[in-house]
Amino acid sequence: MNALRRNVLKGATGAGAVAVAVAAGLLKPTQVMAAAPRSAFEAKNVGDALKGMGVSAPADSKDITIKAPDIAENGAVVPVEVTSGIAGTTAIAIIAEKNATPLVADFNLMGGAEGFVSTRIKMGQTALIRAVVTAGGKTYTAAKEVKVTIGGCGG
Amino acid sequence: MAEPMRIRATMAGDVADVKVLMNHPMETGQRKDAKTGQLVPAHYITEVTASINGAAVLNAGLSGGVSRNPYLGFKVKGPKKGDKVVVNWVDNKGDKNTAEATIG
Repeated sequence: MNALRRNVLKGATGAGAVAVAVAAGLLKPTQVMAAAPRSAFEAKNVGDALKGMGVSAPADSKDITIKAPDIAENGAVVPVEVTSGIAGTTAIAIIAEKNATPLVADFNLMGGAEGFVSTRIKMGQTALIRAVVTAGGKTYTAAKEVKVTIGGCGG
Repeated sequence: MAEPMRIRATMAGDVADVKVLMNHPMETGQRKDAKTGQLVPAHYITEVTASINGAAVLNAGLSGGVSRNPYLGFKVKGPKKGDKVVVNWVDNKGDKNTAEATIG
């Protein structure tokens, strides 16, 4: 804590623009609306991951679009894009069902953020990619299968 | 301090299209080192937050299941050209990084 204080002070007294920027970043208060608890990310199966997120029996929805390759040659980098057409989408989670820890990422959206996220994930083997969308206090889901020829986890 | 991160933000109509490229090994803790046979310790980003002009727009939790050097794209309705996007991340070892960009 003292070391941090010292750095901050040093930055503020003109050690350079970069130091000031870093200090500003360090001082930034943690934003509200925490994502899913860490336990959900450590869950070993889809059921436990959903439970960890506080989600039970999400409804299938055709308004969720998952854009991902049908066949991923390299499981280490699988581009995934999720678009939710559901009004009032506040969260999108991405789950790779057969990964050792299925919950890959959970995005909380606010302040005008649209129901869209795009990222790249690892997949251990051919599996369903599942998107879980929260909108208006309800949860919805959709899935798409991606065939993986070379796994991207472990090895 | 960690490697820099890159942000590109452009307006498309009234929606800002933000793309972030973070620099991180994203080790799951399940991979073995090819030479030593030892497990490589887990080292991955656990949390990413983004704000535009100081207002939070995204708060994400990540696992080691996100690819190395994570890419993240999101869209925000409402900002204007010249608004400032700030992205922060924290990893499981407590390392952190921040970057900012101007919407163009």
